[in-house]
Amino acid sequence: MIPAAFDYARPSSLGDAVEALTDAGEDAKVLAGGQSLLPLLRLRLAYPTVLIDLGRVPELQGIADEGDHIRIGAMATHDDVVRSPLVNAACPLIALATATVADPAVRHRGTFGGALAHADPAGDLPAVALALDCVFLTRSASEGREIPAAEFFVDYLETAMDPGEILVAVKVPKLGAGWGYHYEKFHRTAQSWATVGVAAAVHRDDGTIQDVKVALTNMGSTPVRAGAVETAVRGLDPHDATSLAAACDQADQGTSPPADLHAQPDYRRHLARVLTRRAIRRAADLEPG
Amino acid sequence: MPRITVTVDGVGYEEEVEPRLLLVHLLRDTLGKTGTPIGCDTTNCGACTVLMDGKSVKSCSVLAVQADGSEITTVEGLSANGVWHPMQRAFHEEHALQCGFCTPGMIIAAIDLVRTDPDPDDATIREGLEGNLCRCTGYCNIVRAVRRGAQEMGVNTP
Ligand SMILES: Cc1cc2nc3c(=O)[nH]c(=O)nc-3n(C[C@H](O)[C@H](O)[C@H](O)COP(=O)(O)OP(=O)(O)OC[C@H]3O[C@@H](n4cnc5c(N)ncnc54)[C@H](O)[C@@H]3O)c2cc1C
Ligand code: FES
Ligand code: FES
Repeated sequence: MIPAAFDYARPSSLGDAVEALTDAGEDAKVLAGGQSLLPLLRLRLAYPTVLIDLGRVPELQGIADEGDHIRIGAMATHDDVVRSPLVNAACPLIALATATVADPAVRHRGTFGGALAHADPAGDLPAVALALDCVFLTRSASEGREIPAAEFFVDYLETAMDPGEILVAVKVPKLGAGWGYHYEKFHRTAQSWATVGVAAAVHRDDGTIQDVKVALTNMGSTPVRAGAVETAVRGLDPHDATSLAAACDQADQGTSPPADLHAQPDYRRHLARVLTRRAIRRAADLEPG
Repeated sequence: MPRITVTVDGVGYEEEVEPRLLLVHLLRDTLGKTGTPIGCDTTNCGACTVLMDGKSVKSCSVLAVQADGSEITTVEGLSANGVWHPMQRAFHEEHALQCGFCTPGMIIAAIDLVRTDPDPDDATIREGLEGNLCRCTGYCNIVRAVRRGAQEMGVNTP
């Protein structure tokens, strides 16, 4: 279908963009890669009055090394992220998960910031950002804020950002040496969304798991940090399959998985337990088991 | 209405467009480039794939205004001096189409794949084309065609 009519603005600086967004009022939306928003407009599921195109705002571009973290500009495309030597070296979990998003043509347009601001709990990147304790840098007409990932995802398609706020960039902490990573995604067809996904980072030392970070995709209205698993897994030898499996059986604790065409909640709970075990084993360089 | 300039298949155009006009509608309805079909409303099928500044995009999910200043290549712009692009020839010779509806998007996506991987194996080809759906062929001949097209592109791209 053809989208309903809207006005269009294409600011060329971040200052102009937040001003345009504030002036345009409640029914305005920012347009990033358009790979979530334009399908919604074509299906007439959304009726913004104004679209503010962020495509030519230089402050939102680029991926930079900033010492103990890397800074990924909101308008970096999925393709930029997957091919970035910096992301692959310093934060490989982001590249691994982004490579599973959609297909090459969608990855050429869709952006890192758009996928996070959209806050779809079935999206792959929100869980990864949560697992890695990323920090979200935002700007409104009146202030700039730094929002930790644990506070950013508020509800289904809802973030802690106000309507007049733009996501500028995301800081991804470098975890350093000794960490292994894996994103385990279970989906039914090549380009479909995760039925359930698990992002895992594991720090091994002296044969045991010293530290671990785990977050789940599509197990609730927001991405979910698997805190019980993290506690239970610390100190384990990852070769000890029985103890690891017992720890991962807590993966669905505190979740409220949705029911849809692809899966019922009890099946998603089962997937979360199995995929968490596989993700941790693979992050620890073992066969999925 | 916003005024945009685009180059499509080597020809420059200046057009006034409604902001809601999709790139695929600019190509088909305004410029008459009906070689690029529309197969879905959900950005899934890939039939509408074109190259925008050298990279594949689904033209049903780009606004014409977003393409302002860019260079677009559709399937109609691939041949040179009456000679088919090696990827077009490979699709023909390997019988990689039946109804042909997915073919323009498949060929463009295949050319994009070869840009980043000049010698893709079968698994890479299948992943590279995961955004393009075909209801007819079962994909096997398409994969064969892309392998052959890639080899021939290495030898002679028009
Ligand atoms: C066929 C298909 C398959 C897909 N499969 C997957 C998948 O497997 N996994 C997955 O994670 N995703 C998937 N996606 C979605 C993809 O990741 C999108 O790129 C992403 O969700 C949105 O990014 P965008 O840049 O296109 O944002 P847009 O569509 O432009 O915007 C999305 C929303 O975020 C808001 N927004 C965007 N940028 C900002 C910003 N800087 N500040 C504030 N608000 C902002 C917009 O206003 C809008 O509400 C798929 C999409 C398609 C079409
Ligand atoms: S028409 Fe189906 S992806 Fe564009
Ligand atoms: S040949 Fe008919 S859809 Fe592919």
